[in-house]
Parts: sequence; C-alpha cells; structure tokens
Amino acid sequence: MSPTSKTEFPLWEVFIRGQHGLAHRHVGSLHAPDAELAMKNARDVYTRRNEGVSIWVVPSAAIAASDPSEAEQNFAPSESKIYRHPTFFDIPDDIGAM
Amino acid sequence: MTPFATFCLRMGDNALILGQRTGEWCGHAPVLEEDIAFANMGLDLIGQTQQWFGMIAEELGQSPDKLAFFRGEREYLNTLLVEQPNTDFAHALMRQYLFDAWHLPMLEGLVTSSNQQIAELAAKAVKEVRYHIDRSRDLIIRLGDGSDESHRRMQDALDWLWPFTADLLARDDADAALVAEGVIPEGERIATRFAQETAETFAKATLTAPEGPRRTGGRTGNHSEHMGYLLAVMQSVPRAHPDARW
Repeated sequence: MSPTSKTEFPLWEVFIRGQHGLAHRHVGSLHAPDAELAMKNARDVYTRRNEGVSIWVVPSAAIAASDPSEAEQNFAPSESKIYRHPTFFDIPDDIGAM
Repeated sequence: MTPFATFCLRMGDNALILGQRTGEWCGHAPVLEEDIAFANMGLDLIGQTQQWFGMIAEELGQSPDKLAFFRGEREYLNTLLVEQPNTDFAHALMRQYLFDAWHLPMLEGLVTSSNQQIAELAAKAVKEVRYHIDRSRDLIIRLGDGSDESHRRMQDALDWLWPFTADLLARDDADAALVAEGVIPEGERIATRFAQETAETFAKATLTAPEGPRRTGGRTGNHSEHMGYLLAVMQSVPRAHPDARW
C-alpha cells in the first residue's frame, strides 16, 4: 500500500460516452469514498463542458493492467505482421464505401 | 418597485450572493473534486442571476452588471441565509442544503407560472437545482452520520444557520400579489415541502434543528454584519474599473 492510502479516498477510473452509439472512453481518474460519490464527482469533473451522455466509474484497483516491462514480448511481435490487416483484398469499384 | 421586480430581484440576489460565497471555495475546498463541484454550482447560480436581472433590467433602468455590482448594501434583497460566511466546509454545505431545500420547491412551482419568462427560466434552472440538492443532501447525511468530528461540525453549522431559514420562508404583500396572479407558488406549499425535506434528511443525518429565535430582514434589505464585507470583496474590481470589458 502507498503511504497516502490511509488518508486519501480510493481512486476511481472514469469512462464517458460522448454521444449515443459510441463506446465509453477512458477520460481520467478521481478520488471518492464510494461509487455513488465517484459518479457525482465524475459528473462535475468530467462532464461540465457537455462532454457526455453516460458515465461509468470503476475502482482503479479492479483493473488488471499489462506489465510495462513485458511490453516487448507482448506487443513487438505484431509489428511485423502486416498481413493481419485486411489491406490486400481488391475491392470492386461498384461496391462503394464499406 | 412593482411586486414582479421585487420578486425577481430577490431571486436574483439570492443566487448572486450564494454564488459569490460558493465561489470563495475555488482553490480552497478540502479536495479537488469538491472544489470543482462547488465552482460548478456557483456558476449555475450566477447564470440564474443574469436571467433574473435580465427580466427586470428595463423596468429598473439598469443592466444586470450594474444591478449586481453597483448597489448599496440596503438595496440587496437576498435572504440572510445566503450571506452567512463560509466558516468551514460544514457551514458551506449546510447553507447550500438549506437553500436548495427551499429553492427546488420554489422553482418547481415557478415552472407553471402564469408569466411565460419566469416559467422558461424555472424550467431550465430546476434541472440544475435538482442536482444541487442531490449532492448537498447526500453530503449532509454522510457527514452528519459520519465521524464524531464531522457530526459535531455539521450540528454546529445547523445550529448557526437554522434561524435564518425563517427569512427564506418569509412572505409579504409583494408575494401575495404575485400568488393571486398565479405568477409564484403559495408560501405554505413551499414551507411544507421545506419542512418535509429537512425533517427526513436530518433524521437520516442524526442532526437536530434547534428551537429558539428566528431571524428575518434580508428580504427587505436589513442584512447581517457579514454582508458589507462580502460586497466589498465582490464589488471592488468593478468599482475600481467600472468600464472594464472582457
């Protein structure tokens, strides 16, 4: 535990849906004693300029994150696999926008 | 002054002075999240002030800015409650909650006002104030029914501020004339809602509203000693630079 954890409220990650039809996107974090107040704080801190139509808050402690020291083995191997992008198909002109 | 102008000035002054008090927390609230929340509420209230003053600018021959910054203390008609000092976060929260508990039923009544302008203003403001009271009520309950220290501070704040709620609920001839015309809701309706709201919340918060003398006077321009200092701070910049523009 960090030295501040006894005096500060727990950390929450905030996700905002910008408009209907879009996915929630991570926008930042904040401190709050529980989910209800985290929601209120998220409304005040992250939607005051009309940024969203829906809010999710998640305890930061509930997020399992990849280890930065394993970034090479996790992500470098896919750099050279350009054939995994579907860019090698000829698309007939009369199909239009896909 | 017509009853209409008197009422709009009172509503605008309540929002203006509470907005100023709320703004004093900017950069000073106990945690960053509360700091931003208080500033947001203050800005909501200042926005409402602009609308109330805008409706009477013509009748009074003064722009909203002039009304806000160039009147003397006795010409302000806000209630005694909103001018009370911040003191600590408990006082600021309790002042906000008591105001919200009156403001919400007032605005809900004004949504169906016979005056179209007032009805439109209220329809917009009521959304802001529903959030204000959600937030202030929640914190009153958490801190009232919290630690020994938070309970003591919330009870101190209630003891200090409760007597001023008489001024919130006070009514006079100007109000009676507007009630008769269907412009504003009846006083008893608001007083009943206020009593229900605060009784339920204080029961959950384990707080007790004090008995004893009640204070009135703000609505007729007779303010407490804190008002002059608030105005000195609020008016100093516009008075030093009266023609300044953004």
